[in-house]
Amino acid sequence: MRALLHLARFLTPFAAATAAGWGLSTGGVVNPYWVQIFQLACIMAVSALGLNVIYGFTGLFSLGHAAFYGIGAYTAAFLMKSYGGESQLFFLASLLAGGGCAALIAWLVGLPTLRLTSDYLGIATLGFGVIMKVFFDNADSFLPQLGGARGMTGIAKMTTVAWAVMFLGVSLYLARNLIHSSHGRALVSIREDEIAAGIVGINTFRYKMAGFVVGCSFAGLAGGLYAHLYAFLHPSNFDFFKSVDVLMIVVLGGLGNMSGTLVASFGWIFLLEGLRVILPPGYIELRWVLIPVLLIVTMLLRPQGLFGIREFPLLRGDTE
Amino acid sequence: MILLEALGLAKYFGGITALNGVDLHLREGELVGLIGPNGSGKTTVFNVITGIYRPDHGSVAVEGKSITGLPPHRISRLGIARTFQNIRLFRNLSVMDNVRTAYHPHVRYGPVSALCRARRFFEGEREIREKVMGLLAIFSLQERRGELAKHLPYGDQRRLEIARALASEPKLLLLDEPAAGMNPSEVGKLMEFIQEIRERYRLTVLLIEHQMRLVMGICERVIVMDFGEVIARGTPLEVRNDPRVIEAYLGRNASGGK
Amino acid sequence: MEVFLQQVINGLQIGFVYALIALGYTMVYGIVRLINFAHGDVFMVGAFIGLYAIERFHLPLAAVFLLAVLGCSLLGIAMERVAYRPLRMAPKIASLITAIGVSLFLEYFTALRQVFGPNFYSFPRPFAVTSWEVRGIVLTNIQAIIFFVTLACLGLLQFIVYRTRLGRAMRAVSYDHVTAGLMGVNVDLVISITFGLGAALAGIGGVLYGFAYPQVNTFMGVMPGLKAFTAAVLGGIGSIPGAALGALIMGQSETLTSAYLSSTYRDGIAFLILILVLLLRPSGILGTARTEKV
Repeated sequence: MRALLHLARFLTPFAAATAAGWGLSTGGVVNPYWVQIFQLACIMAVSALGLNVIYGFTGLFSLGHAAFYGIGAYTAAFLMKSYGGESQLFFLASLLAGGGCAALIAWLVGLPTLRLTSDYLGIATLGFGVIMKVFFDNADSFLPQLGGARGMTGIAKMTTVAWAVMFLGVSLYLARNLIHSSHGRALVSIREDEIAAGIVGINTFRYKMAGFVVGCSFAGLAGGLYAHLYAFLHPSNFDFFKSVDVLMIVVLGGLGNMSGTLVASFGWIFLLEGLRVILPPGYIELRWVLIPVLLIVTMLLRPQGLFGIREFPLLRGDTE
Repeated sequence: MILLEALGLAKYFGGITALNGVDLHLREGELVGLIGPNGSGKTTVFNVITGIYRPDHGSVAVEGKSITGLPPHRISRLGIARTFQNIRLFRNLSVMDNVRTAYHPHVRYGPVSALCRARRFFEGEREIREKVMGLLAIFSLQERRGELAKHLPYGDQRRLEIARALASEPKLLLLDEPAAGMNPSEVGKLMEFIQEIRERYRLTVLLIEHQMRLVMGICERVIVMDFGEVIARGTPLEVRNDPRVIEAYLGRNASGGK
Repeated sequence: MEVFLQQVINGLQIGFVYALIALGYTMVYGIVRLINFAHGDVFMVGAFIGLYAIERFHLPLAAVFLLAVLGCSLLGIAMERVAYRPLRMAPKIASLITAIGVSLFLEYFTALRQVFGPNFYSFPRPFAVTSWEVRGIVLTNIQAIIFFVTLACLGLLQFIVYRTRLGRAMRAVSYDHVTAGLMGVNVDLVISITFGLGAALAGIGGVLYGFAYPQVNTFMGVMPGLKAFTAAVLGGIGSIPGAALGALIMGQSETLTSAYLSSTYRDGIAFLILILVLLLRPSGILGTARTEKV
């Protein structure tokens, strides 16, 4: 009971944001296109938060995050499309199933690969990502509804501002609670010095698995929301470049900092779209020349990312 | 009562024999020194005892139960703690968090309680905080508890590592060159400190050291190694006059003891 | 049987090109522990240099290769100076992200109409394609050129790394750049040269690729770059023979999968092999495990 009140108190600003968003969009103040972008930013933030747990906090270099995003997306979309109709309750169930499926596969992938050292783990997860993309491309040969390389259509547009914002709120809540706890400290100690962590009694393999599975389940949940935002899925949404995108967001925001991830996710998505609006037609592709330059300059000037240790008040710990 | 018994430990790295049949035992409550020239295998003995390396031959037992081949975290939970020659703190964590992490095996709440901030979580955290503050006070680190470990001066870092080791509530404490880089007055204070915590926490201590003043000063017994083997055992005085020990140090390099 | 051997030859064709790219990855990783994501794009630039050299300037073959070597090594050296050297002391991930930035920049900048352009362009062949048949197996002159040029480059690289003072300096810096510097090695220069060498090989690879698969585009370096890097890891990152071996394995697995299974599974199989190898030999086939001193 007390736990529910605690959660409710945390989610208040998110509920307020949802109400504001709903008001602005139904009132016609904000272009529905930007409302969709806003939802995408929320979804991206959930996925990036997951990668931050994996890499920023536990120190596991994963280059295959988009694959788990895709697993969640396809799972949720398939279930909803096949059995869910337009039911909100079923939507929630399919989202959770997407997250759960991503978690299960993360567990299977993690068992053999998390023993590898950093750069090799990166390559192994990158490889898994490519394998997953090939799988998505060919998925229609055993499950035609998944669409394969032609893409999956016929998905209901279930994602709304409310779903996106509240999921983001709950994700932040869970991430924050995990990190600011003894279990979170165990994860971080592995990042800092895996050998010393073992010496003080932490089962490093089990915690690496936990960090990886938790982070990938966030990606899976985000994927499910994504599938029902644009109502179309294509394997190219889940390739290596998408894994790189989310990695860049996490690094730019500051590894091991949740506030940074939040800011960087929104910043990235809105920058991408903002440039599309600002740049004159015919020069839209200049976005992708400007953005890498921005990236390089940011890394040269502030390699540790935007945020260091300090978090927004809402995301700080309550354990001092 | 024998707390730790190591028999016939052997460890090879490619062509190098790091340990070549090492026996040692520790009785409960003892303060024993492990000395020998650089490269004689002392840290390797620590690494084998704490599970970082698996011995190629031989066995290690704690209170009669075998721990050979167990992973480090299991061995830690059986009551063995250590510090490292090169200080392995969690550099980007605060002093407080460094010590709190070592309490984790004793934590009284699970991840679910943490996720939903159940009462058990707050109680568990309070318990940890109290224990850690108590430890930090003894180590005079409580004022700096919010500072990042990497920003501490060297001497404080060494003390923090010992504090962290004690946070896991061990029976046996392995100290790897705790006095490295200290000046004579600091060494004196460290000597008193080790004896104090040995008393207070009822520890058995095995320490590796090159500073002979410390070894001769506080160790009840000394084990001497060279080239991966034990070449002498006895009281500090006996060992100091042992011709094999003298040869090992003087024969190899003139600056045997610092 | 002939079909199989034919596929093996085809696999060698792409494998050798991958090897040229993989060598650059492995050399750079060996010396600065950086995964140079932009390396595949250097390969692309090499192909385009080849394109212009042949089509616009009608240069002879030797000059084409020379130009590609010059252009790409300059590019490689410039990349190192501008983007990587300032971050040598920063956390490794910053260099990695910068490398990704450089890669994206090269791809999209060259895709601008004012530079190379966004389309697929046809790569010219300034010679007639001939082939020989040996017991039912066809070998084209392009394949012969690829084999010959690549083997020559491999031999030259092997010579440089193991038989010259420069090579010794490179190896020293890759083991311990601080000590190498203390011993009088000009670390910055050695690193620059390493980047330049790796880039030059990639440039040659680009031209050869253009001959073999005459369609170029500014994103052509992405997949080959990824595969070549995977090949380097497969063979043991930091090991030159390992990179070549890994590349040949990648080339074979890709071609045989396309031939016997389906080309849509091609990329997946190659990475599956990688994961299996890493599980059995975590440092790659010819890699040496770097043991950490505790």
